[in-house]
Amino acid sequence: MDNFKILSLLRGDRPGTITLALVIALCAIVPVLNLLVPPDSPFYLSSYTVTLLGKYLCFALLALAVDLIWGYCGILSLGHGAFFALGGYAMGMYLMRQIGDRGVYGNSDLPDFMVFLNWTELPWYWLGFDMFWFAMLMVAVVPGLLAFVFGYLAFRSRVTGVYFSIITQAMTYALMLAFFLNNAGFGGNNGLTDFKEIAGFSLQAESTRISLFVLSGAALVLGYIVCRYIISSKLGRVLVAVRDAESRTRFMGYRVEHYKLFVFVVSAVLAGIAGALYVPQVGIINPGEFSPINSIEIIIWVALGGRATLYGAIIGAFVVNYGKTYFTGAFPELWLFMLGALFVVSTLFFPKGLVGMVQQWQDSRANKRARAAVEGVA
Amino acid sequence: MIPVENTGPLKSVLYVDAVTVSFDGFKALNGLSLMLEPGELRAVIGPNGAGKTTMMDVITGKVKPTEGKVFFKDTVDLTRYDEADIANMGIGRKFQKPTVLESLTVFENLELALSGNRGVWRSLFYKRNAAALQRIDDTLYAIRLQSRRDWLAGALSHGQKQWLEIGMLLIQEPDLMLIDEPAAGMTDEETALTAELLKRISGERTVVVVEHDMEFVKALDCSVTVLHEGRMLAEGSLEHVQQDDRVIEVYLGR
Repeated sequence: MDNFKILSLLRGDRPGTITLALVIALCAIVPVLNLLVPPDSPFYLSSYTVTLLGKYLCFALLALAVDLIWGYCGILSLGHGAFFALGGYAMGMYLMRQIGDRGVYGNSDLPDFMVFLNWTELPWYWLGFDMFWFAMLMVAVVPGLLAFVFGYLAFRSRVTGVYFSIITQAMTYALMLAFFLNNAGFGGNNGLTDFKEIAGFSLQAESTRISLFVLSGAALVLGYIVCRYIISSKLGRVLVAVRDAESRTRFMGYRVEHYKLFVFVVSAVLAGIAGALYVPQVGIINPGEFSPINSIEIIIWVALGGRATLYGAIIGAFVVNYGKTYFTGAFPELWLFMLGALFVVSTLFFPKGLVGMVQQWQDSRANKRARAAVEGVA
Repeated sequence: MIPVENTGPLKSVLYVDAVTVSFDGFKALNGLSLMLEPGELRAVIGPNGAGKTTMMDVITGKVKPTEGKVFFKDTVDLTRYDEADIANMGIGRKFQKPTVLESLTVFENLELALSGNRGVWRSLFYKRNAAALQRIDDTLYAIRLQSRRDWLAGALSHGQKQWLEIGMLLIQEPDLMLIDEPAAGMTDEETALTAELLKRISGERTVVVVEHDMEFVKALDCSVTVLHEGRMLAEGSLEHVQQDDRVIEVYLGR
């Protein structure tokens, strides 16, 4: 695809273009403030802040994935945290294998937790994860495959609406329980951690942190363009048709289940990539990431930002997660109440989210100006 | 797509053969038989609960009959296929309540309905072409919505939505069109225009209209099938069925 096509995709999407420009600006400024500005300067950004912003970028990509299916196709997945976590585990398994003999037990063939369990050889599903390309492939394939199988069964049986939401919650809950088991071979309760390096670069190095941060930003921008391409195509209009009148679309001769399955798998792969970028930045992945509450939080980001806009999801992810960082520090016991209240208030009073509010405000200002102009003439 | 084998001239476009549909013992259709010839315009009338909508559901694959078969173009047994297959074979349906895609424009509604490949990949890489644009413009003209081309379908009046939906059927170039209460909620003028539109459409294709409004049926000037309690009660011209004692009994009470 040449540049012109990408630009034409963004034509008519001014707020989206602005959002992307901000993301790109963030990716340009943060490395400078972190690496080139001396630590005693007031403009210096600590590594802690870089990691935090990198996390927000991953969450924004995850929110984008959810908005693609929920906003445009009406599929309310309450299990998208599972695809994020699976992408994260695939990355985590690669990072574990990179530790080699630098673990506590010094065993170059087995991760520490397997030695601790007295396992003697690597389970088959860990094979290949020492290779970077294979692990990166699995980051997309594992969530994509699960979404394909799960979606195939659910959409073929025409499970929709709240029933679909409930079974996706059950899916992520079941996966959480499975990953908690020590015998499952994913580190149980503790998950995977103590990572040393990625593709030969130390994870402790400032430059690696910054690179991961910029990569997350690039993934977000690319993810946005992919989603934008999908929703601007005829397929995107079929998705909206499915959202608004599913059986009508079927009578028009569209195989609704194929469309849903396609977009569900794309969304799961994006979520998996977000998870894979998240894990090396935070340095740990554990079964808690599968927790049903995580998946619900993603929905809140999207709802608060503004559904079916794509850029609204990015803004929502940043705003809510910044709020979470601030309030869990300042008033830790109040955060969950605030999150709940935010959700209730936004669904009741701002059903189109933050970006909808801005839109409304702009429209009313334009109206006022038009009225003033008319009065001025009279 | 399901290939429809054509050997020799068609005897019937649709042949409903002794179809029974029971929902928990209640027979919505009770041994209904019906035959439609190519190019025919047929009105189906009947009191509420007569089975008109269930008949449409069976033909379009939404409901599977408990007994009986439905043949399309003499040979294809429709009871073996689902909605999307049947739609792609060339059977279009307009619902009672107009269900246009409200958050898309009139143009986009017609574009989605336009006959063509409905596959996921084809849609993802679809490009508009001149022939398709021409077809859409022709259809806009036929349904008198040229001036509303770029309006959101949700902003149309009730009557215009009905026409858009008829246009969405038309552009699929179906051989058989099933139209459920097209005149419901229309003004007298709109009703007359709709009847004219449907008369114009039939001939090239077979059209079945389910309707309550006798004035509208009279304006269609076609043969009429009267349903009652899941069976056919009478068939023939409107004057003929209006003189039928059983029809009078069902419609006017004992």
